[in-house]
Amino acid sequence: MTPQAWPLIRALRLAILSVGALVFLAPYVWMLSTAMKPREEIFSSSLALIPERWAVVENFSKAFMRVPMLQLLMNGVIVCTIILVVQVLVALPCAYALAKLRFPGARALIAAIMLGLLVPIHATALPIYVALSGAGVLNTYFALAAPFMISVFAIFLFLQFFRAMPDDLINAARLDGMSELGIVLRIIVPNAWPAVTAFSIFSVVAHWNDLFWPQIVVTETAMAPPPLGLIFFRAAEAGDDYGALMAATVVVTVPLLAAFLLAQRRFIEGITLTGLKG
Amino acid sequence: MDSIVLPADVRARTSDPAAAARRSEAFAGWRLAGPAVALLALLILLPTIAVVALSLTDFELGYDEIRFVGLDNYLELLGDRTFLISLGNTLTYTLVVTPLSVALGLGAALLIEAEVRGRALFRTIYFLPVVSLLVAMATVWQYLLHPTIGPVNALLRLIGISGPNWLGGSDTVLLSLAFIGVWQAVGFNMVLFLAGLTAIPRELYAAAEVDRAATAWDRFWLVTWPMLGPTTLFVVTISVINAVKVFETVSTITQGGPNRASEVLLWTIYQEGFVYLRVGYASAMTVVFLAILMVLMVLQYRALDQRVHYT
Repeated sequence: MTPQAWPLIRALRLAILSVGALVFLAPYVWMLSTAMKPREEIFSSSLALIPERWAVVENFSKAFMRVPMLQLLMNGVIVCTIILVVQVLVALPCAYALAKLRFPGARALIAAIMLGLLVPIHATALPIYVALSGAGVLNTYFALAAPFMISVFAIFLFLQFFRAMPDDLINAARLDGMSELGIVLRIIVPNAWPAVTAFSIFSVVAHWNDLFWPQIVVTETAMAPPPLGLIFFRAAEAGDDYGALMAATVVVTVPLLAAFLLAQRRFIEGITLTGLKG
Repeated sequence: MDSIVLPADVRARTSDPAAAARRSEAFAGWRLAGPAVALLALLILLPTIAVVALSLTDFELGYDEIRFVGLDNYLELLGDRTFLISLGNTLTYTLVVTPLSVALGLGAALLIEAEVRGRALFRTIYFLPVVSLLVAMATVWQYLLHPTIGPVNALLRLIGISGPNWLGGSDTVLLSLAFIGVWQAVGFNMVLFLAGLTAIPRELYAAAEVDRAATAWDRFWLVTWPMLGPTTLFVVTISVINAVKVFETVSTITQGGPNRASEVLLWTIYQEGFVYLRVGYASAMTVVFLAILMVLMVLQYRALDQRVHYT
């Protein structure tokens, strides 16, 4: 257990970790390198990471010209925001009611929520798609966000959080004549930030990266979130202009990676705390 | 005399406000939970029931006719080669990805936990794939594994091996996808194991040392492994469920090819239901998929109940 006592074992440990780290970093290094290389150097299949002729401007301008890259990022931001805001607005009051109020049907509701945890989007996608298609609202932000407007997972998470919260705080507010809605807004929400932050990170990571649902309800590039946009870009480019393709992957990967590097602890906490959703 | 009348009178007076308070609490409860209840019913309960109902019909989007066909769809599934290949591939993929990503995640966690230096750095690096856009990283891996211009085969050529067409050959495609799946999942499992490791009381290691476990290897089997039981079970379950849900890499890189060698469950459902619009038939596949997930979760609960409580 003491690192000083075993220099050899320690060296071995560091060596294994470093080799592993190289494997994990390799795709990112090559992604950046290839995004800067001109076509002929990519096809020469040399292993050099630094390009002989820099093609940064060329590749990135292609990525931005051939697909509305900013529009894609914007779509991602809009859809993730809609989903997150609705999820939290719906889940917070419900979780508070289940944790602190007594009302008939509360037990049945909790049972329904636990059951809901077992049902992934892949199972409900077909009927929801049929309904959205029938309503003629495919290719809209609404269609992209609709199935995720309820997160049973958020309710579950907040419920556990609120159960641990002292009742005195709430009773004091009640004695002051605050309404239940007022309690939610002025007492619960400010105190629930840690849980809300963790859930927000989980939700944004999940929906920013999701391909399955967008690929079902969106066929127009203008409405596509980043992952689907990337798929359209590949199709349009016949997938072999790797320089431009890698430039595009850099653009769509960087926002979340940057956020992660800035707030690592929170990200890791958020994603593992909520790991149970899978 | 009065004292006989009084109790009933008092009870009536106090129970009225109490009942009113209960009523208003119930009312507040339903009002606050209302939106969630409505959305839960509309977006989860109803669609789940609908998918089971649709699986008993021949419904196709674009055709108005809908006919009850009983279990015909399920019978058709039994003889559907694509579906059976898809099931088999999903099973193979899961059987490769789960043990590897769990073992490597545990290995990384143990090494990082034991190492003082660079702990945060390694953790960050191993966690990167979890927060990276999987579609984008799949594209990068496709380039890395490209048979002629890809760096992986270029490296292999340096040592005189001519690498295969990793993602283009029907023998290697599933394993290559599984490799990407492992790369993506290790960091997540590692972080869960790290959390599990910090929860093990230090005194147990000291006690084990005093007792009979002299080497780190002995201490691992005597203390770490049993204490990690619940974490391991949890990580295995999540890994299995995520592996069964593999979709992004297949959709991005191979589209089920070549020659259905990377056809997996969700991809088959996607094709059948959302491309060919055979909603009824795809619903039957979805029910099978959902049943598989349910069985996995029940197995987890069972195992949790029975074996893994050591504390």
